[in-house]
Amino acid sequence: MANSQRRITKELAEVTSDPPAGVTVSLANESNVHEWNIMMDGPPGTPYAGGKFKLLLVLPTDYPFKAPTLNFKTKIWHPNVTFDEKGSMCLGMLKGDVWKPSSKIMSILTAAQQLLVEPNPDDAVEASIAQKFKEDKAGFIKEAQEYTKKYAN
Amino acid sequence: MDSEDDFMSGMSSEDDVLQDESDNDDASNDDFNFDEPEPDDLGYSQKDEVKKEKKSFDVTYKVHHPQDIQRQQDDLIDEVNMILDIKKEEAAILLRHFRWNKERLIEDYMDRPKKVLESAGLGPSTSGPPKLEIIDGFACDICCEDEPGLESFAMKCGHRYCINCYNQYLAQKIKEEGEAARIQCPQDGCKRIIDAKSLDLLVTADLQTRYRELLTRTYVEDKEILKWCPAPDCQNAIECGIKKKDLDKVVPTVVCDCKHRFCFGCILAEHQPAPCDLVKRWLKKCADDSETANWIHANTKECPRCNSTIEKNGGCNHMTCRKCKHEFCWMCMGLWSEHGTSWYNCNRFEEKSGAEARDAQAKSRVSLERYLHYYNRYANHEQSAKLDKDIYQKTEKKMIQLQSASGMSWIEVQYLNSASQALQTCRQTLKWTYAFAFYLARNNLTVMFEDNQKDLEMAVEALSEMFEKPVQDLADPKLKVEIMDKTSYCNKRRVILLADTADNLANGEWEFGSDATA
Repeated sequence: MANSQRRITKELAEVTSDPPAGVTVSLANESNVHEWNIMMDGPPGTPYAGGKFKLLLVLPTDYPFKAPTLNFKTKIWHPNVTFDEKGSMCLGMLKGDVWKPSSKIMSILTAAQQLLVEPNPDDAVEASIAQKFKEDKAGFIKEAQEYTKKYAN
Repeated sequence: MDSEDDFMSGMSSEDDVLQDESDNDDASNDDFNFDEPEPDDLGYSQKDEVKKEKKSFDVTYKVHHPQDIQRQQDDLIDEVNMILDIKKEEAAILLRHFRWNKERLIEDYMDRPKKVLESAGLGPSTSGPPKLEIIDGFACDICCEDEPGLESFAMKCGHRYCINCYNQYLAQKIKEEGEAARIQCPQDGCKRIIDAKSLDLLVTADLQTRYRELLTRTYVEDKEILKWCPAPDCQNAIECGIKKKDLDKVVPTVVCDCKHRFCFGCILAEHQPAPCDLVKRWLKKCADDSETANWIHANTKECPRCNSTIEKNGGCNHMTCRKCKHEFCWMCMGLWSEHGTSWYNCNRFEEKSGAEARDAQAKSRVSLERYLHYYNRYANHEQSAKLDKDIYQKTEKKMIQLQSASGMSWIEVQYLNSASQALQTCRQTLKWTYAFAFYLARNNLTVMFEDNQKDLEMAVEALSEMFEKPVQDLADPKLKVEIMDKTSYCNKRRVILLADTADNLANGEWEFGSDATA
């Protein structure tokens, strides 16, 4: 994939020079452009505010023809992220039939941020968290805040 | 039921046997044994009617070969192309979008052409055939290449990418994802569907072929009346009008031109007379139960309180259930506490708690025994069908020997072939009669069903026995006639059983027991 290098370098330059607010991006390892460390601040006004979340973005070898994967390395209590050591995030645009080769990493990052602001309980990976979110908003906020304090400081 | 010997003596010629074999369930042939001479007054008058009609368990169907399937698509595309005056590639995309429902497409298109085009991924279009272009200052948004002279392509939506990226994108969709009918423009969020003509510009010939194969596949999969023949390497599709909602009333067995017999409803190998739903239930039950059930039956009892299955692998009769801590006596199944001083020496069979527990135990045993009764017979026919097949393969050799030994011609030894076919089909039917019977409630209809089943079973076993005789016996003309008669009889009994079952199924006459709803 000779031409993916060029695209990745370009995207990395864009995202590091002008990242979305509250996000910083760096390579996990300088010699490998396929693994990116993302530091994401919990968006203000959400129960995740004040937390700092580490994510790992992995670009497959046939990027951009295949979608990257995004995982939370910091545990997060959220309906759309598995509450385990994998921290897999269910993001619509990363699904095989939605991802397009022209989709950009920048939009992945904003979509991930947006999901923290607005969880999508109907498309949840953690059913119990989604239920709490739907039926007991106050309780949900309290618990999410507690987990943010516990894991994301 | 009448004795088979009486019945047999009234028939038959070699032609009958051959005819029976050739119209084994063939849907195109609805005059099963129509002009066969019937034996006089043997009480079969009611069944004669069955034979004179089209068999009630047959369904109408048609086999389509790959070229037919292609032609049907082409015809539909041509038609839409003419009626709506749009390009063929676009007609194809529209048809696929409407799952080949031509009438609905035309109607919707007449009403709201723009909306239809939009939703099918054919947004507003400018004219002109698709072509590759070299544009000054073009930079591909996917690979970020911008060298001069780079060839690029855009569909009518105007999203332009270089040929290399397009090629790789399409290759991945077609080869890895098996996608064809719904490949969208590579632009993020653009729903425009790529058409066959554009695709041909962008990919190699082998991908074009694969693309068309996949399109054909979606054509069959999109239509409820078409299904692929599941036999390995068979490329035919079967057309049959039986709908999913009809499957509790009919068991649609179809035979592909490749000879594979299967159920159009569930694609499993033919399973008449049992309807698809019961077959599914039965197979699941067998997968769960059969192997272990035998062992459990022989070695265990259930806890009288929580019904956990317990194996007693030594020790005394004072059992404590590990799950619910219930203490009971292994011998009488009664409460251990009621044993009083006679602990470790059970001689109390009159206690109430013991009797009740033994009752419950017996019920559970009966249900297991009942299942095993049907399962063992089901499995036996499955096994025997395999053996019969093996024996036939050996017999094929013997048929050749038989020709030289007895001076019979090839045609004259074909009766063995017919017998083998009859054994296979009848055993397949018998096998499923046991699964079916397992779910039936006890009533008169079930008794009649079991009579028919018994009759067929006896005939099949008799035929099977004759069929296994050594080759020198087979040369005996008397045995030959017997085999031919029995073959014919088996086929008839099978038709009667299937017709009765199918009629009752169609009329909703069967009553099912608790196992069928559990």
